[in-house]
Amino acid sequence: MRFLEIENLHARVAVPGGREILKGVNLSIKAGEVHAIMGKNGSGKSTLAQVLAGRETYEVTEGTVAYNGKDLLELSAEERAREGVFLAFQYPVEIPGVSTSYFLKAAVNAVRKHHGQPEIDTVSFIKLVKEKMALLKMDQSFMNRAVNEGFSGGEKKRNEIFQMAVCDPRLALMDETDSGLDIDALKIVSQGANSLRGPDRAILVVTHYQRLLNYIEPDFVHVMMDGRIVKTGDKNLAMELEERGYDWIERQVAAGV
Amino acid sequence: MPTAETEIETLANREYKWGFISDIEADEAPPGLNEEVIRFISHKKSEPAWMLEWRLRAYRHWLTMAEPHWAMVHHPTIDYQKTIYYSAPKPKKKSLDEVDPELLKVYEKLGVPVSERNALLGVEQPAVAVDAVFDSVSVATTFKKTLGEKGIIFCSFSEAVKEHPDLVQKYMGSVVPYSDNYFATLNSAVFTDGSFCYIPKGVKCPMELSTYFRINARNTGQFERTLIIAEDGASVSYLEGCTAPMRDENQLHAAVVELVALENASIKYSTVQNWYPGDKEGRGGIYNFVTKRGACRGRASKISWTQVETGSAITWKYPSCILQGDDSIGEFYSVALTNHRQQADTGTKMIHIGKNTRSTIVSKGISAGFGQNCYRGLVKILKGASNSRNYTQCDSLLLGDKCGAHTIPYIEVRNTTSRAEHEASTSKIGEDQLFYCKSRGISLEDAISMIVSGFCKEVFRELPMEFAVEAQKLLGVSLEGSVG
Repeated sequence: MRFLEIENLHARVAVPGGREILKGVNLSIKAGEVHAIMGKNGSGKSTLAQVLAGRETYEVTEGTVAYNGKDLLELSAEERAREGVFLAFQYPVEIPGVSTSYFLKAAVNAVRKHHGQPEIDTVSFIKLVKEKMALLKMDQSFMNRAVNEGFSGGEKKRNEIFQMAVCDPRLALMDETDSGLDIDALKIVSQGANSLRGPDRAILVVTHYQRLLNYIEPDFVHVMMDGRIVKTGDKNLAMELEERGYDWIERQVAAGV
Repeated sequence: MPTAETEIETLANREYKWGFISDIEADEAPPGLNEEVIRFISHKKSEPAWMLEWRLRAYRHWLTMAEPHWAMVHHPTIDYQKTIYYSAPKPKKKSLDEVDPELLKVYEKLGVPVSERNALLGVEQPAVAVDAVFDSVSVATTFKKTLGEKGIIFCSFSEAVKEHPDLVQKYMGSVVPYSDNYFATLNSAVFTDGSFCYIPKGVKCPMELSTYFRINARNTGQFERTLIIAEDGASVSYLEGCTAPMRDENQLHAAVVELVALENASIKYSTVQNWYPGDKEGRGGIYNFVTKRGACRGRASKISWTQVETGSAITWKYPSCILQGDDSIGEFYSVALTNHRQQADTGTKMIHIGKNTRSTIVSKGISAGFGQNCYRGLVKILKGASNSRNYTQCDSLLLGDKCGAHTIPYIEVRNTTSRAEHEASTSKIGEDQLFYCKSRGISLEDAISMIVSGFCKEVFRELPMEFAVEAQKLLGVSLEGSVG
């Protein structure tokens, strides 16, 4: 059975007369796989990640998404999260006055409650957090700082992957996690993501550049263009894109190849 | 497709939890106001002649005054002849053991630890001495003995008038004169009870002092007076909480609070105000027209106001500091929330008179529904107040697109060595913030509550611990309700 099965997904901006951005995406991911979606700016790759996470500023107009035996589109954003979907944001949001520790504990407990488990006790929570902070080489003072407030771009991205590691999702969506990271941070963040690789979960990496894929090695690479996946290959496709750019694919698509 | 705004709009249909009406027999004055009623109140309270004189002076002055209309609030004309100016649960008992069990039940429902025993059993909770004011009279003051050993006086205002007339005569009206403003003058004429607190020289009050106010009877106004005096080197932290039953008609609450801090003394005054706000359409609710002012009379004295205002149909309130002593400090931390049709015009006045005086104002306004929230503040640094400083921060948070936030600061600096800073911001709870929380599994209600609490954090951390928790919960329930 497919872990994630996206069929003919169409979505538009949820305002009257909103522009259509996804124009029939087809993608299927098996448990244990890592997929990368590449594409130019405006191709719809970030929108795809956000639609999968349940952002209501987009409206799904057509198509289906089956996730782990469930109709994903029937679930609200918070239900998807509790079912193991995690979106690492391209632009992490600041929540002034709310400590990272408080925020993360609320997130962990929301998932636990959904699965009928009791709230995590403080000792276990601290242990879990410390372990994941070490993995991402983060300073413990992070926990007392307000969520993303005053964080540098790199810190914000690292915080996303840290949260992802703590939340332990089954479907990790990484939206341009590499943008704004220097090479050292990129390695650390990739380590965090790789720690989530496992036979019963999947990772979908949305990225501009092949660089990230040196560290998070994908099983499949997809190219997105104008709201559709137009080409699929293995990691060599990413290398080719790095060398040749996207124009040759555009020409192929235009020629109907 | 629901957007953040429509989601927020669907929130907040929660019933007012403290809206129960207690069936307690009351001893009342006939409705209306005239010298007879004032004499009746004074007589009921067996007051000395000077007190009655003071009331009558205030009343005669009040007759020459006009109701103020400069605040950014709107309400139908108040008929002062319809209000009942005195209502007491009868018969009044002398000690806690004798208090009407019905009344104790009311306070139990409110979660007020009127019983010392209960307070003492709550091990993890620091002891709080409580004075409970029901309609017009004070019904119980706890921990009196413990406090008495330190020379601290904490009792009802009526008792203070009888037992400590010298102190009352010396300080009452010395911060808020009877002629101060329309509502304070009305209060001076008809006030029925309240709390009195005196901390002698060098004494640090060992526990939080607290008053719970409750309006129960129909058509009753509550006019209480609180007077707190901290002698040289004394310090006290005082908490005030208030609730009222749900009633369709508006009820008037016009209180006066006076604080006096002498040399090196400090007074911390915290309020969690949860008067009935009226229903969703704006029917009923309390008109909360309150005058609160503190005088930092001594050198290096400090007065700190912290308020969390979630209730009342209309709030008109400006807890202020008169910084007379050199090096004195005034602080004002405020969270004011208006939901549905609530209106708040609130802020502070910091009057710098002494040298090297400092004041800090942190105001957080939250507007939801059709709520209107106005910060109005005056910072006045007089000529002689050299090297004085003020820092003001006014933040407004809007939930939805039908509410309003207004900031009206007045800043007057009359010397060149002083400095006043004013920062203001207005923000909305963003769809991106809500989505960020939801994408972590956090429900919409919890997300809003979390974001609002974060917004208010600078104020909450000024509150005593157990009050901070209560305030946070109160904000939560004031905003949330029917979702999910």
